[in-house]
Amino acid sequence: MSIKAQRFINSIIDVIIPLLATVIALILGAFMLIAFGKNPAEAYAALISGAFGSSRALIQTTLKATPLLLVGIGICIAFRGGVTNIGGEGQIVVGALSSAAVALYVPIESRWVLIPLCFLAAIVAGGIWGGIPGILKARLGVNEILTTVMMNSIAVYLSNYLLRGPMIDPREIEMGTRASQTALLPENTFLTRLAPPTQLNTGSLLAVLLAVVVYIMMWKTTVGYRIRAVGLNPDASRYGGINVPVYQALAITLAGSLAGLAGAVEVLGVQHRVFENISASYGFNGIVAALFGNLHPLGTIPASFLFGGLMVGGNKLQRTVQVNSAFVDTLLGLVVLIVVAAKIVSVNRSKRRAKNA
Amino acid sequence: MALNQKPHMAQHIRKLQMVDITKRFPGVLANDRVNLEVNEGEILALLGENGAGKSTLMKQLYGLYKPDGGTIKINDEAVEFHSPTDAINAGIGMIHQHFMLVSNLTVLENIALGLKSSRGPFLDLDVVRKKTMEICEKYKLIVNPDAYIWQLAVGEQQRVEIIKALYRGADLLILDEPTAVLTPQEVEEFFVILKKMAAANHSLIFISHKLHEVIEISDQIAVLRDGRSVSQERNVNLTKTDLAEKMVGRPVVLQYEKDSCPNIGLRLSIQDLCVNNDWDEERVSNFSLDVYGGEIVGLAGVSGNGQRELAQSLSGLRKPTQGKIMVNGKDLTYAGPYEHNLAGQSYIPEERNKEGIVKDFNISENFILEDHDKEPYSRHSFFNFPNITNKTQRAVDNFTVKTPNLNVMIKNLSGGNVQKLILARELERDPSVLIAAQPTRGVDIGASEYIHRRLLAQRCKGTATLLISEDLDEIRALSDRIAVIFEGRLMGVVDAAAVTTQQLGLMMAGIPRDEVKEQMGEAFAAIS
Repeated sequence: MSIKAQRFINSIIDVIIPLLATVIALILGAFMLIAFGKNPAEAYAALISGAFGSSRALIQTTLKATPLLLVGIGICIAFRGGVTNIGGEGQIVVGALSSAAVALYVPIESRWVLIPLCFLAAIVAGGIWGGIPGILKARLGVNEILTTVMMNSIAVYLSNYLLRGPMIDPREIEMGTRASQTALLPENTFLTRLAPPTQLNTGSLLAVLLAVVVYIMMWKTTVGYRIRAVGLNPDASRYGGINVPVYQALAITLAGSLAGLAGAVEVLGVQHRVFENISASYGFNGIVAALFGNLHPLGTIPASFLFGGLMVGGNKLQRTVQVNSAFVDTLLGLVVLIVVAAKIVSVNRSKRRAKNA
Repeated sequence: MALNQKPHMAQHIRKLQMVDITKRFPGVLANDRVNLEVNEGEILALLGENGAGKSTLMKQLYGLYKPDGGTIKINDEAVEFHSPTDAINAGIGMIHQHFMLVSNLTVLENIALGLKSSRGPFLDLDVVRKKTMEICEKYKLIVNPDAYIWQLAVGEQQRVEIIKALYRGADLLILDEPTAVLTPQEVEEFFVILKKMAAANHSLIFISHKLHEVIEISDQIAVLRDGRSVSQERNVNLTKTDLAEKMVGRPVVLQYEKDSCPNIGLRLSIQDLCVNNDWDEERVSNFSLDVYGGEIVGLAGVSGNGQRELAQSLSGLRKPTQGKIMVNGKDLTYAGPYEHNLAGQSYIPEERNKEGIVKDFNISENFILEDHDKEPYSRHSFFNFPNITNKTQRAVDNFTVKTPNLNVMIKNLSGGNVQKLILARELERDPSVLIAAQPTRGVDIGASEYIHRRLLAQRCKGTATLLISEDLDEIRALSDRIAVIFEGRLMGVVDAAAVTTQQLGLMMAGIPRDEVKEQMGEAFAAIS
């Protein structure tokens, strides 16, 4: 077989494997539904129509897909650079908080200045949250999986403190309800809606644009080349004159910035305030979306959409056939598990390919 | 067949035949109807280039792989080995290239390892000692049974491996490139042992690609090429040239015509250099050497005498603890690889797959590894792909790298082609200093010849080359001067044209040049 045909077949297989994983997860889920005495066909029909069946469903799916995509393209950078970023959750939280802080407390009227400033704050905050584990890894060789997870906890408790103390909505105190959330952001910081009255906003466009930018950075510039080289073979990179720790730290810092931006987009575009658990597991599911997209920024676009669909459709499934909400989480968990397993299968496949060549 | 018999009950191997052995791996026919025959008391050399299928064939004989076709016969009876245990029980032993010894156990303990003790769960070293001494006596294998493995020289460790195999009743011994780790003197001692074993009616299969050794030691020579048997014949009147041609399939040049090139200026100067390994043990001690433009200086030495650490420090991958490295008059002692590149230095790394290439990058991406941030490959951080493609294509053509196109992942190329690409990358920059570490290790003769010619051509362009190699033939064929390293210290520098292998061997064993000179008198070719 010619090398070209071989490569074509291999890339098809790379696309099929995650899709197959989803199907297998759904089949396993069907058995669980049967065990609950529910009709799987009805349940999955609800899942699909809930995700993609109407314009409203599609918009909801897009809104869910947006933060997944932003986190996912960051994960592409980090994983390609050989750094594992489990800290998406924390990075989203600090991104959301800092953008809200700018929106609430910086006395600038012009939205053309204020919104970029909000984004910048989120990028810096997320970057710091990713950069600290990055520097610890580069300088001291500390395992970034541990540090990013710890940074998640720090972010959550920081957020709890801020949302119950300094940043709490003054009206909550007046009314004595003391719900831990910020005040509604001023309207001039809301991202422009694309199809009012729906919540669809420019944040989604920004995410797709950034996916393209990240693609160009990773494959058309020297910076991306270095990140990929460092991830694939640190020894050869060092030999080639690349400063390996710097590019490892840079990769995870960029991942943190993009996750921070995801937090800002969620706040400015959809929620217009910050409350507890604003990250809504986007930080973890973004990893799955990136793996689904084969760690390619452009592949992550449809992958995020698919995964966003599963999240939205899952809600409808739950309402329609009346299963416990834990079922939907379990289903998503199954998809994650099988996608990761499939990833290992395809990595082994390519290793075998390399060995036999 | 007597698979279930106890080791010492196995019948003596008078004749071993491998008939029409075929072994397929997905996409590769590793062995294609290969035939081999060895009789008791004979040394059979198995000769072939890398990837010719020697190891695959031997792994089938040792029970590590199962043949897809063909039969193995012992004394004209077909046998089947499902695991190395079966092979050992049938009287077959294998000495691997990398020794299978536990370094913080003693010789006796290593021999006893895995044996059934006569005292149940308790060690019975006295029995082992008695039998070991008998074996040592019989074959004149001199080794201290109570020494720890880590205290032993490589040659001694090899003897322990042989004793281990003989202890387990091996009638037929497979030796995988046994001389690769030995000095010329050790090789001679080793050959004496081999001849003793053959005289005691053992059969030996000796895998090698060193032609002169094969001609010196073996009774029969079998040649494999591309997974097929080319020939098996008695070792009478065979010449190196014949054998090389059989291995490669075309006439091969073993000696190079060297034009004299004028020495032009000091390019690389190493002064009193000390380098530690990863565990902070000093591996290079007060090493000084100058290399001039237009010459190749060979660094000879037995594997593991500090060559690796020296090469890494010279290319900026390892920081010296003391001393000075000057490249073109610039002090680069503590500089990184990037500065070394900028100063016009190239480095062909010893472990090409680990350090030399990024396996999952394609040919072009690997080609620009060191210069990707410079014009014409990129400008303002953005790659100029047409330029990259042009330059890479030119280098690939120039250096006859066999590849369908430039988008192929480099892991899909053969070792020889990978090495040619690394060579292309390092030489296309027209370096003023080149550190070449084991440039032809694991590369077939055809590609080696090509690489050698390129290094010689570069010499005439005025490059100062430090050639670090464990292959003494290579060093002697290419070098103008030869420096010998032993335990990280320089034993001396000699004239390559005049020095003998024996003299180099003495220096490689740790005798400084001046002492060798005293022993040899006028016959010794030292450069003052």
